Amino acid sequence: MNLFKFSSPQTFYSLAGTLAPVFGVIAAVLATVGLYISFFAAPTDAVQGEVYRIIFIHVPAAWMSMVIYLAMAFWSAIGLGLGTRLSFYMAKALAPTGALFCFLALWTGALWGRPTWGTYWAWDARMTSQLLLLFLYFGHIALTNAIEDARRADKAGAIIALVGAVNIPIIYFSVKWWNTLHQGSSINLTKSSMASTMLIGMLIMALAAWAYSIAVTLVRVRSIILERERRTDWAAAEIRLQGAKA
Amino acid sequence: MNNAFIAVLRRDLLLAWRSRADLLVALSFFVVVASLFPFGVGSDPDQLRAIGPGVVWVAALLATLLALPRMFSQDFDSGVLEQLLLSQEPPVAWVSAKIAAHWLSTGLPLVVVSPLLALMYGLEPGAIKVLALALLIGTPILSLIGAIGAALTLGLRGAGSLLALLVLPLMVPVLIFGAGSVDAWASGIGLRAHLLLMGGGLFAALALAPSASAAALRITMD
Repeated sequence: MNLFKFSSPQTFYSLAGTLAPVFGVIAAVLATVGLYISFFAAPTDAVQGEVYRIIFIHVPAAWMSMVIYLAMAFWSAIGLGLGTRLSFYMAKALAPTGALFCFLALWTGALWGRPTWGTYWAWDARMTSQLLLLFLYFGHIALTNAIEDARRADKAGAIIALVGAVNIPIIYFSVKWWNTLHQGSSINLTKSSMASTMLIGMLIMALAAWAYSIAVTLVRVRSIILERERRTDWAAAEIRLQGAKA
Repeated sequence: MNNAFIAVLRRDLLLAWRSRADLLVALSFFVVVASLFPFGVGSDPDQLRAIGPGVVWVAALLATLLALPRMFSQDFDSGVLEQLLLSQEPPVAWVSAKIAAHWLSTGLPLVVVSPLLALMYGLEPGAIKVLALALLIGTPILSLIGAIGAALTLGLRGAGSLLALLVLPLMVPVLIFGAGSVDAWASGIGLRAHLLLMGGGLFAALALAPSASAAALRITMD
């Protein structure tokens, strides 16, 4: 099978239409199982009590926010290298979901930090780099929205995504170093080895987050494809069809 | 290639010199912002000495940001940028020249003025030297990173605030090591690690940022 067949927006549009509901169902099933394990099956933590259960949302969200930025950078590189429009659409479709997960990771982290560390926010290395990642997402979204010429917006967004991807490790390690210089490890999680049910619950929630992100991105990319390709015959016909249904 | 670099560098420096009032505005902004902090946090000498390096660095970051749009915008408006892109000269050469000229006309003055601000914050002579040295290595990185943002936001509505959102997060490592070098020196850890890391950052930025800016300019002018 020739994968490049799907680099055409038209063929990918229908492929995404088939795959999006599949991943949506997978996400729903995994989230149901994962949430059941999180809230009922997993034992209460010896040190933190019930509040540790935030981990089942918090950690998958944090993972996802980083993975999605890498995926954006990947599609941006492909787009700039091969000049495929669809790659830019993918990068654009990924950004809001990444920003959402980044925000969720920060928000749940604050809610978790208050009862366990006694503070909503600390200038801890991970939290600070997560915050900067959120700013990178905002910058990417703001830049691509500010440029009216769609093709310029695509490429400018791709450049800033790549520059950001190069900088993320630098930011992470510099923040880590800065933090260890200023304050000792006063707020390290005293995590004994995790119970296996907890670990399984977290992994299932992480897979649910993956499936959700894929489903949402595919739905979003379909809208972007229709918007950008509206001057082609097939897209115009599809838009008319959708309009007739609605 | 060298000819293009030197020609553009000379031209930009000459233009900067002829409109030196603009440069003084950016420099005054640097001084004014740095002088605002004591009004906000109080005039306790120990506290001011502690925050001094950080304040000077943040002010330098903001002053650089304020001056960034000028790097390409005049040439964009007058069409010079388009002619440069059409010319046979490699874009990396003249983009590097423009960045160098921009740093010489806006970054270097900040370095020169910084000891004055450091004195106002009561830093000791050794710390003042360290701060100036760190700014000397760090401000070129700010100009290099900023050039990418300036090229990407060229000619956009609200380019200034967009530029801040794009480049300030990327400048955080420079801020950390720049301001941190003074603390490291004061605490006796030594400067070496900080300055070496910033030097490494400078070379990495020198290698990557001009080509990224050139690519961004091509996209903008497409």
